[in-house]
Amino acid sequence: MRPEEGTLISRAQAIATLLELLTDQPVVICNGFPSREVHKIADRPTHFYMVGSMGNAAAIALGVALVKPNKQVVTFDGDGNVLMGMGTLATVGALRPKNFIHVVFDNEVYGTTGNQPTISNVVPLDKVAKSAGYLNVERVLDRDDLVYEFKDMLKKDGPSFLLIKVNEFVEDAGRVVHEPPVITRRFMKAIEG
Amino acid sequence: MIDSDVFVQSMQGLGVNFFTGVPDSILGGIIAELMIRGVYVPAVREDEAIGIAAGAYMAGRVPAVLMQNSGLGTCLNTLTSLNLIYRQPCLLMVSWRGQDRSDAPEHRVMGEAMLQLLDTVRIPHRILTEKTAIEDVRWVMDTSTKMQIPVVLILAKGVVRGLHP
Repeated sequence: MRPEEGTLISRAQAIATLLELLTDQPVVICNGFPSREVHKIADRPTHFYMVGSMGNAAAIALGVALVKPNKQVVTFDGDGNVLMGMGTLATVGALRPKNFIHVVFDNEVYGTTGNQPTISNVVPLDKVAKSAGYLNVERVLDRDDLVYEFKDMLKKDGPSFLLIKVNEFVEDAGRVVHEPPVITRRFMKAIEG
Repeated sequence: MIDSDVFVQSMQGLGVNFFTGVPDSILGGIIAELMIRGVYVPAVREDEAIGIAAGAYMAGRVPAVLMQNSGLGTCLNTLTSLNLIYRQPCLLMVSWRGQDRSDAPEHRVMGEAMLQLLDTVRIPHRILTEKTAIEDVRWVMDTSTKMQIPVVLILAKGVVRGLHP
């Protein structure tokens, strides 16, 4: 049991808070519950919901960011996802896209498959990102800090990395209703120009 | 043998305008040429390269990913659970290591299985030859665009020149 567990917000609360601060920025959301929860809280055409290819959310967002340097590109990621695609932290750190904001909901478990523990309780992903070359790196535990730091990152040049420690609560959210090809086309149209 | 700069020029001429990947010796000349032109985004794993290319595609580019065929194993899940189901085209330029048994032992199994593997997951492919090069690249791009999925151009040793003399 983590010492701070009782005080942490849920991922869904963190998502709702972040979405209030976002408008038309492209957001790439990792597979599993994060995509379902975002879809339930606010379904925007600028959201790319993933259902598979675990570990690749940041890579997809990076591709968008490199081609659209004038748009801030956000990715909503999880601790299991970051661990699986950890090399992408290095690629982002090396390429240093200014318009890249990497948000990680860290609940220390693989929630979608039954809460098996990840290893993010002993491997601080924010420190890994900092060492890899992300310019702004913050670790937050509550809503007020989350709002403050995310607003700050929206104003700054990145790449930025915001690690949000969240509890294991899962919002009652069904599967994303859009078929994958529809998600692709809708997202492409929404981020045009 | 096709010169790397001629090959890259023709790919760009056909509309490919985003390049990423993980190196292989067979692809060395092409990657060197792409780097000279300042258009190559180096990835650290093949699944990451496919992800970056997917993002570039959705942002409006025509992407190509270069990799050794060993990387097909690494990125297979990304191809099947991202590109194939989300209907995202991509030109994959895959070197054919292990085409014969004189190559290093780590390439034997994938070298033999590659064509069947691609058929099994229903990814169209074509082997590049010097005589039909332009037609091969055009077919791969047309097929990828028409079907909205990745298509593989297979590069055997000695078809496109390695590093510049």
